[in-house]
Formats: sequence, C-alpha cells, structure tokens
Amino acid sequence: MKSLAELQAIKDKMKDKVVLREGSAQKRVVVGMATCGIAAGARPVLNAFVEGVNKEGLSGEVAVTQTGCIGICQYEPVVEIFEPGKDKVTYVKMTAEKADRVIKEHLKGGKVVTEYTIAAFAK
Amino acid sequence: MKELSLNILDIAENSVKAKAPLTEIRIDETEKTLTIAVIDNGCGMTHEILKKVTDPFYTTRTTRKVGLGIPFFKMEAEMTGGTFSISSKSEKEHPADHGTRIEATFKKDHIDYIPLGDVVSTMTTLIQGHPESDFLFHHVFPGGEAFLDTREIRKELGPDVPLSEFEVITWIGEYLKEQYTSN
Repeated sequence: MKSLAELQAIKDKMKDKVVLREGSAQKRVVVGMATCGIAAGARPVLNAFVEGVNKEGLSGEVAVTQTGCIGICQYEPVVEIFEPGKDKVTYVKMTAEKADRVIKEHLKGGKVVTEYTIAAFAK
Repeated sequence: MKELSLNILDIAENSVKAKAPLTEIRIDETEKTLTIAVIDNGCGMTHEILKKVTDPFYTTRTTRKVGLGIPFFKMEAEMTGGTFSISSKSEKEHPADHGTRIEATFKKDHIDYIPLGDVVSTMTTLIQGHPESDFLFHHVFPGGEAFLDTREIRKELGPDVPLSEFEVITWIGEYLKEQYTSN
C-alpha cells in the first residue's frame, strides 16, 4: 500500500535536480486543453509528452505545459513547440503515437516532423 | 465527450481559470446512479452570467464565440434521465464566501449513459497543468472509495518541489490506481 511518507524520498531526490534546472534554457511543449482539445483527444497526447520527455531523459530541457483554446479547434489536438531563437512549430491532429515521434525526432533529434505540422494539413 | 472523466477535466479547468485555490471533485456512485460535483472557491459568477453559461453561444474564451463545456455536460446528464444544476456566488457580491458548484446526476442503466472512464488520468492531467492549485478528489463507489488531497501532498513535498514534477505525477497516478484495485 502506498503512503504519503514515500513523497519524502521523491523530495530528497529532487533537491539537486531543481537547482540544476533553474538556469537551463527551456524548450516548451504546449498542449491545447480547452473543451475542443479535450473532446478531440488531448489528454492522452499530453500524457504521452509528459511520459516520453521523461523517458528520453529530456526533462531538464523540455517543459510540457497546458493552455486553453488556441483558436483552430478543427485541428485539435493541437501541440505547439517553442524553442529559443526558432520559429514556433504547430503540430495538429495529434495522437499519442505521433507524440512519440515528435519527441524522438524533433525534441531529441532537432528535426521538425513536417508531415504532422499545420502547414502540411492546411495545404 | 467519450468519457465523463473528460467532462470533469473540462469543467475543473473552469475552476482553475476562476483562480480557485481549491477545487473539489466528488463522485458519488451507486449501482444505478452516478453523481459528479465540481465545487470551487474561485471568483464565481454574477446572476447575469450564471443564467447564460448553459447557453452554447456564451463562452469565456476569446478565440471564438462558442462555449460547449457546460452545455455538453448538462446534455449528457439529461440524456440519461438525470439532472444538472449549477450555482455560484461572485466574489464581487460575496467577498467572504464565493465560488461555483456544478452537479450532475446520471442514470447508469440508460442506453445514453457515457462511462466514467479514466478519472485517474483526469486528476494527474489537472495537477500536471496546474501545480499551484489544490484539488480534493473523492470517489465513492459500491464496495469502496478513492481519495486524494493535493494539500497533503504539498505539505509532504515542501515548497521546493512542484506537484507537476514527473516523479510526483507518477506517484499520484499509482496512489490513486491502487485505491481502485485494492477495493
């Protein structure tokens, strides 16, 4: 049975990590979580990013956050990626599977997955 | 919505947007009915706004003119022969005691009943996205219950570890899941 006391171990483990993170330049993954996004399947997409970023060891440089309606509801689930000094990339009609590829190829490999971007869909 | 748990996520987002320090999510389930209540102590709404929130053509969003969150939830409850209610006290009119309460009851044996789905995922998603807000979750179902209070977790972790940390979110997910399987 899990108990709240186990959180103490997490707290101890985090101590060094928090300090390390404050100074690092962050990439940001923003998932649209308004009614439109949630209804279209944003929850599993968000979870895939949260888990995948950690699994790939990127949690020090990538922050996964949530936002409201981005304004292009017909393309939900929508994910925006912000990197310092680069143009914003908007991924549309996302799924957990597509999220895995974006993590590996874009966030880790530095190469935008063009076929999932809004530019590829809006053509 | 495919699961009622997604409606809960959607409705609770309104509470966070209303700057509620605490949002309470209660699910009371019997063999025949399921009642979901989302209660917050956020800024609340005036009578004028409250009258409009179940209208799909009223919304707080600025990017378009349709707001379907509350109308969806109401419709899904009423489709099963259930009920929906909303009450609110605005901070302006009730500075000491304000907030919003939304409650919907669903009849589980109705053909249009949408399953509750993954509430654990709804809670971890809410906490991941809003680590500064507190959530009180209590689900009572036939044969057991599940409970989570982020204030208790925050107290254990201290001020330096945000609740959105991956390890914390994972722990919360496991903590809740265990309560469902041990019952």
